[in-house]
Amino acid sequence: MVYFLSFILLLIGLYCIVVKKNLLKIIVGLVIVEYAVNLFLVVIGYRSGGHAPIINLSAPEWLYVDPLPQALVLTSIVIGLAVLTMVVAIAIRIYERYGTFDITEIRRLKG
Amino acid sequence: MQYLPLFMAVPLLVAFAIPLFSRLNRWLADILGNLTTLYLLAAAIGLYFIRPFNNMIVYRMGGWGPPFGINLVLDGLSHFLLLTVCLIAFMATLYSIAYMRQYTAKGKYYSLFLLMLAGMNGVVLTGDLFNLYVFLEIAAVASYALVAFGTEAEELEASFKYLVMGAVASAFILVGIGIIYSLTGTLNMADAARLLSGGSGTIKMFVAALFIMGFGLKAALVPFHAWLPDAHPSAPAPISAMLSGVLIKALGVYALIRVFFNVIGLTPQLSYIFMVLGAASMLVGVLLAIGQWDFKRLLAYHSISQIGYVILGIGLATPLGVMGGIFHLFNHALFKSLLFLNAGAVEYTIGTRQLQEMGGLSRKMPVTSATSLVASMSIAGIPPFNGFWSKLFIIIACIQAGRPWFALAAVIGSLLTLASFLKVQKYAFFERLKPKFENIKEAPLVMGVSMVLLALLCLGAGLAFPYVLRFLVNPAVIAVANGLGYSRMILGGF
Amino acid sequence: MKEGMTIIVKTITRFVGAMIMLFGAYIVLHGHLTPGGGFAGGVILASGFILLTLAFGKNVSSKILSQRAASGFESLGGLIFLGTALLGYAGGFFFLNLLPKGVSGKILSAGIIPVCNIGIGIKVGAALFAVFTALVILRIKPGKEE
Repeated sequence: MVYFLSFILLLIGLYCIVVKKNLLKIIVGLVIVEYAVNLFLVVIGYRSGGHAPIINLSAPEWLYVDPLPQALVLTSIVIGLAVLTMVVAIAIRIYERYGTFDITEIRRLKG
Repeated sequence: MQYLPLFMAVPLLVAFAIPLFSRLNRWLADILGNLTTLYLLAAAIGLYFIRPFNNMIVYRMGGWGPPFGINLVLDGLSHFLLLTVCLIAFMATLYSIAYMRQYTAKGKYYSLFLLMLAGMNGVVLTGDLFNLYVFLEIAAVASYALVAFGTEAEELEASFKYLVMGAVASAFILVGIGIIYSLTGTLNMADAARLLSGGSGTIKMFVAALFIMGFGLKAALVPFHAWLPDAHPSAPAPISAMLSGVLIKALGVYALIRVFFNVIGLTPQLSYIFMVLGAASMLVGVLLAIGQWDFKRLLAYHSISQIGYVILGIGLATPLGVMGGIFHLFNHALFKSLLFLNAGAVEYTIGTRQLQEMGGLSRKMPVTSATSLVASMSIAGIPPFNGFWSKLFIIIACIQAGRPWFALAAVIGSLLTLASFLKVQKYAFFERLKPKFENIKEAPLVMGVSMVLLALLCLGAGLAFPYVLRFLVNPAVIAVANGLGYSRMILGGF
Repeated sequence: MKEGMTIIVKTITRFVGAMIMLFGAYIVLHGHLTPGGGFAGGVILASGFILLTLAFGKNVSSKILSQRAASGFESLGGLIFLGTALLGYAGGFFFLNLLPKGVSGKILSAGIIPVCNIGIGIKVGAALFAVFTALVILRIKPGKEE
């Protein structure tokens, strides 16, 4: 069920990227796509009745959720931050050159 | 063999060190960058004497064994692509010594270039799925920054488009990797191959579709090619050579081969999908390229077309087809980067990229003109240059596999490529010299040296192609044809 | 126009800014025991510096950590991380965990992991602060080029 919801979140992000005309809204759509993928990865690691994967020495019989997808998601969040930084810097420079954030007017490369 | 991680560690080290020290001396960034790429090229060639022939080297990082740790795997295909990447990188940094004089911030350029190179080396060498994703992102983010390097209006627009499409593709790849992890419980490629074989077909088809979308966008296959004609012309010329010459191959084609042949396993339907995508890329690329008047944009469309040849050859999944595809990958890296370097030299001297404004440059720029003639004949497939042999292998392999229509499409693509490059040669180099260009000089010496070296390699690979095939391409074909035996060789028999 | 924000914000920042950085350093150092680690601690460190910039204006904060110094720290952090990875060659493998691994649960355990966390923390903190400064000091005027 949760997998289905994370796919819907991915589709909402894709809808934003494809349909919206403002550069910043496209950036928000990109961020939503990345969050949806991270959510999907974390949920893959869930085990029923599991606790957070920090070893508790006084309760050795606990079941822990899978920590490997959480490490993957940590890396993916960092990569998402790097891409976000770059795209925001490029968007600011585009505003400086073109004077607008509207993508229907930023169309000098054609053909 | 202890030194495999150095292919990624050394460029990263120099990339972090250059911004610290580049203020000391004007040429320090150039010297460090060129020394690094020269060292990497020498190391890539030197590995040929160490690696046992037709076998692979597996390096366990941190001493952790295969299912637990990250392995670096150097088999024939990885070594071949490593050599291509380091060769083109060396030529590009040699060329940048003179070309980047027109830009400021040379230290940052070399730093980003070395980051991209470290990322590509990592993609080619790794044996672990998530490590592939991480290095792919390193190389991709560095290339987004490099495309926007000049910060002109059109370059920023092109970089934004490239960035958004590339980030969505990376998200799809990550979803695919997540699904493979949830099916098998491991991220190691060899282990995943062993556990996936004989699993349920529907989920594997879904993962295959995700990977085709993700890696296909990085490789600029046809429904996913829309970023390439904007991004590749806007970058500075040595970066265009790197992007078209090796980035779309290391990140796109190599990753497709590795994931589909060695992890998921190729079925006849997947092979047919690759052939159709390849044929569509060939025709769409070359048809859109004929009407272009911007030199670099025309070359970018031809990149789409030639990658279509490679994917067609590899999708045939017969030994001759795969050999033709991989050989064409090597040749395309050589002649396409040479063409982009030529376009850069022309732009450096004249200041424009429009073909209609050029003319008769062969009198004033003999080195550029001669090397561009060599490259144009290679890409059009004229014997004895290298493009002829690889295209011939692909066409013969299509006919042998019983797919004559694909062979016809390949021949048509080749003829249209020839027509397009005849146009380029006529308008750029062989007409009357326009009066405002009377005082231009030849491109600077280091640019000329790198172009001549690449042209000699094109000619050499064409004339000596049996040796190239025996030593370079055949180990790669054997590694690809090994298919799921890859995992058996790494895990040691199950 | 006065630099920075109102006097209430400035007073609170004088108390809280150092504590934020201390908290960030705590998260970096306990990366192998509690959740967090290099990246999360680095982000908290950077947010401490960003709070300084927002509250006092860029003249004050650029005296404490100028943009060139931030760039230098970023490169230094990366070199620390790669240096410890290359140090593994002394034991035979790249990135081998060389340093003594003490008792599990103490702070001085787990070999090279705290050193790598410190390198990443410095790098991420400096990088985010440098990015923020670079994006903020650029005074953009919307204009159309021909």
